[in-house]
Amino acid sequence: MDVVDLSRLQFGLTAMYHFLFVPLTLGLAVLLAIMESVYVTTGRTIWRDMTKFWGTLFGINFAMGVATGITMEFQFGTNWAYYSHYVGDVFGAPLAIEGLMAFFLEATFVGLFFFGWNRLSKVQHLFCTCMVALGTNLSALWILVANGWMQYPVGAQFNLDTMRMEVTDFSAVLFNPVAQAKFVHTVSAGYVTGAMFVLSISAFYLLSGRNRALALRSMTVAASFGLAAALSVVVLGDESGYTAGQNQKMKIAAIESMWHTEPAPAAFTVIGLPDQQAHTTRYAIQIPYVLGLIATRSLDGEVTGINDLVEQAKQKIASGMQAYAAMQVLRRDRTDAAARATFEAHVGDLGYALLLKRYAPGVTDATPAMIDAAAWDTVPAVLPLFFSFRVMVVLGFYFIALFGLMFWRASIRKLEAWRPALHVCLWSLPLPWIAAELGWYVAEGGRQPWTIDGVLPTFLSASTLSVGQALISLSGFVLLYTTLAVVDVFLMVRTVRHGPEALQPPPVMPTLATHAAE
Amino acid sequence: MSEYEVLRLIWWAVLGVLLIGIAVMDGFDLGTAMLLPWAGRTDVERRVVINTVGPVWEGNQVWLILGGGAIFAAWPPLYAVAFSGFYLAMLLLLLALILRPVGFKFRSKLSDRRWRAVWDAALCAGGLIPALVFGVAFGNVVQGVPFRFDDTLRVTYEGSFFGLFNPFALLAGVVSVAMLLLHGAAWLACKTEGSIAARARQAGTVAGLVLVVTFLAAGAWVTQLPAHRLLGAAVTDGPSNPLMKQVTIVPGGLLANYAAAPVTLVAPALAVVAALLSVVVLRAGRHPIVAFLCSGLAIAGVIATAGVSLFPFLLPSSADPVSSLTVWDASSSRVTLLVMTVVTVLLLPVVLAYTAWVYRVLRGKVTTESVLRDPHGVY
Ligand code: HDD
Ligand code: HEM
Ligand code: HEM
Repeated sequence: MDVVDLSRLQFGLTAMYHFLFVPLTLGLAVLLAIMESVYVTTGRTIWRDMTKFWGTLFGINFAMGVATGITMEFQFGTNWAYYSHYVGDVFGAPLAIEGLMAFFLEATFVGLFFFGWNRLSKVQHLFCTCMVALGTNLSALWILVANGWMQYPVGAQFNLDTMRMEVTDFSAVLFNPVAQAKFVHTVSAGYVTGAMFVLSISAFYLLSGRNRALALRSMTVAASFGLAAALSVVVLGDESGYTAGQNQKMKIAAIESMWHTEPAPAAFTVIGLPDQQAHTTRYAIQIPYVLGLIATRSLDGEVTGINDLVEQAKQKIASGMQAYAAMQVLRRDRTDAAARATFEAHVGDLGYALLLKRYAPGVTDATPAMIDAAAWDTVPAVLPLFFSFRVMVVLGFYFIALFGLMFWRASIRKLEAWRPALHVCLWSLPLPWIAAELGWYVAEGGRQPWTIDGVLPTFLSASTLSVGQALISLSGFVLLYTTLAVVDVFLMVRTVRHGPEALQPPPVMPTLATHAAE
Repeated sequence: MSEYEVLRLIWWAVLGVLLIGIAVMDGFDLGTAMLLPWAGRTDVERRVVINTVGPVWEGNQVWLILGGGAIFAAWPPLYAVAFSGFYLAMLLLLLALILRPVGFKFRSKLSDRRWRAVWDAALCAGGLIPALVFGVAFGNVVQGVPFRFDDTLRVTYEGSFFGLFNPFALLAGVVSVAMLLLHGAAWLACKTEGSIAARARQAGTVAGLVLVVTFLAAGAWVTQLPAHRLLGAAVTDGPSNPLMKQVTIVPGGLLANYAAAPVTLVAPALAVVAALLSVVVLRAGRHPIVAFLCSGLAIAGVIATAGVSLFPFLLPSSADPVSSLTVWDASSSRVTLLVMTVVTVLLLPVVLAYTAWVYRVLRGKVTTESVLRDPHGVY
């Protein structure tokens, strides 16, 4: 493994790990705000107890979210230095704004959420809870503006003098359609996660006959909130697919394992076995029309297959090579008008020329065989994308069914009557996390070999580190993160086991307490 | 002055403000965490110490996160070079910073003695390591860091991890640790009473004196260090490409800016005077809030001193002086700086306002009684 692979592994692992905590924070924050609103409007203390109980679990999770988020913030610089140089002018801004607008909000008010119960009026405390929920959602917005730009880099241009991408239109970066689709889909996924968490643990209490009042109310809230969230995750997942279909054709083709362009409207491959070597999908079962409908929202739009996209990539590489050659000339002589004209005409494809650096560091001396290889590099790993996507989608429909069922049980006030349903709720606990992690794999893995789609290849993005350094950091993270995962799960399970009754004083060590009282 | 030049100067100042913000806001909870095993002798005392920062450290830490984000946005080459160059030091910093959130949150969840001892150690290390790493990093920046760019502006770092811990850098590390210890001690003196506050005042006295002595020693030392100097008139609104300038190295030139603009001597003077004042007030035992304000000013003085000494350099390179990053060639584009300025002007006052409100709600001392009375409202 080289430094690039190790950095990818480290970034992928730490991001996936961060995203174990993020969706629960997103979902629970909103659920807490809902529960506390009921408390403030009705004055019934059970709702306050619910807020406190779920708040305790929220707190444990939030701490892990913050701890793992810091890693993410610094990793662009430590492991992706060339990336940071190349796109920092565009990419840094949303990250900084996220800190200023979102992190301050959530982190400042979360202190009062825990410490403020006796210091604030009811309404003031509710206000703090709402600010936490708002902060977490704004944080998702800004980070997904950043990530959306990596998928669809609008509003920026390569600058020859500084050798990097620079912002030309900030509002285009901000109102990037990909970022918007991602935001709503990802945030809804978080809401699903929060709702499932509350639903499962409430089911656990009902099954073991404890904390009935709290569990029934929690379950009702979770079922209705979860149903709305599950519906929106599916509808908005379709939106994600549509924007990807518009802007990241290779990703969609890979997700669908579609090697050849089919006459419109394309059929949707429900299941099959992609074979990357042979460029074909074996045992495919297809439904006519559906893919065309999803990806183009029309019956006559064509969905381009992988083989044709590779042909297009070859042309872009050739065009990018012209830009690269002109750039070399301009470096020596800025006034060369012919070179400048060539450069401007082809600079949009410069990123494709950079793909050649793996084979021909000089780029312009690449042979046709190298161009061919580089063009085929633009195809991501099809098989894992194909299956990840299908599992996510199946889970999406499963969530609608499950939340729908529980919502119906709750509205006829029969949540407890049928125990198998409660068992299903309990065992469904990990599913939203699986769906969300697979979703990220689809989004990020499907973007490969690029970090910035069409602009900067992943293998160029990494820092100039030694393999030793990368190995040390990777093992450091694995060790610390594994330990923390064990502790986190232990504390979560313990808190759930002890239940809301145990929100009594954590015992003070008697010997020490008397000692201090002297 | 062109608009681009003004924006670059603004963001140089903002960088300073952010570094000071990190050291002042996150600094007192780093200092408090360092003092934890010493200021709190019993479990309840330790919980008192932890709860003085319990509700606020999370917000404070965002200063650090914002610092990272703002450097990324406004000074991308600096972000790329510093973070990848100091790779293992950064890793150490990260691992320490990860321990803090979980340490605060997890420690009081179990009453087992060993459990709490482990988290106490983790919290203490989580305070000490960042303070030390920041200081050592600063110490290396002042001396110049061995990196160079190739013609595609890819950076290569040529130093080693252990090379970072050279004598001058270690001295800077001590300055940094002492500075945050003083600040944390002053905070504890404000927020606690009785024996904890007394120990804090003692620790603060020692830390303050160490700070003054090491700071002055570092000042004497830098007169001997070589300094980078721009050759020819600086192009202040050109493209952000470090390789387009000429740089030379002169012996003992780090104090030139003070000679050129004597008013800047305010910065080192502030560092020394405010630190001493803080110690005096701590010893007097009354109005600890004054000691806290003074330690904050001392921090501002120390950081401003480093900034003025280096200007216009941000990160001098010892391996290839031309690769050095300066205020004039390591910034974002004009558009990005402009957008970021507008955003900061709009949002920072709001942040400061609600932060102030939160501190007001939480005013008052944390005592053993208050911790025992409201055990599940606190850590
Ligand atoms: C869709 C949502 C989302 C995504 C994709 C990410 N994060 Fe995150 N992050 C959050 C949503 C979030 C949050 C919900 O706001 C967190 C999680 C739990 C928490 O405490 O806040 C958070 C915490 C968090 C923190 C600590 C904030 C604090 O102290 O309050 C940092 C520095 C980051 N994140 C940085 C990142 C970076 C650099 C990411 C990209 C690589 C990233 N996060 C992906
Ligand atoms: C928290 C949710 C996220 C998860 C779970 C996630 C997952 C991943 C994974 C699995 C990879 C490795 C892909 C591969 O090598 O095939 C990756 C790479 C990467 N992602 Fe993400 N990602 C997340 C969020 C983000 C965000 C928000 C950004 C940018 C703002 C981002 C930027 C990157 C970069 C720079 C790489 C490295 C280059 C690469 O290997 O693709 N990621 N991510
Ligand atoms: C029918 C259901 C679903 C469809 C059609 C769908 C579609 C998609 C698509 C096309 C992407 C890739 C977007 C990109 O590459 O930019 C994606 C990503 C993602 N999905 Fe889904 N999804 C569904 C259900 C779910 C569920 C149930 C969850 C979690 C609870 C989920 C979580 C995610 C996440 C976290 C991402 C990565 C962020 C993003 O790119 O938006 N999805 N989804």
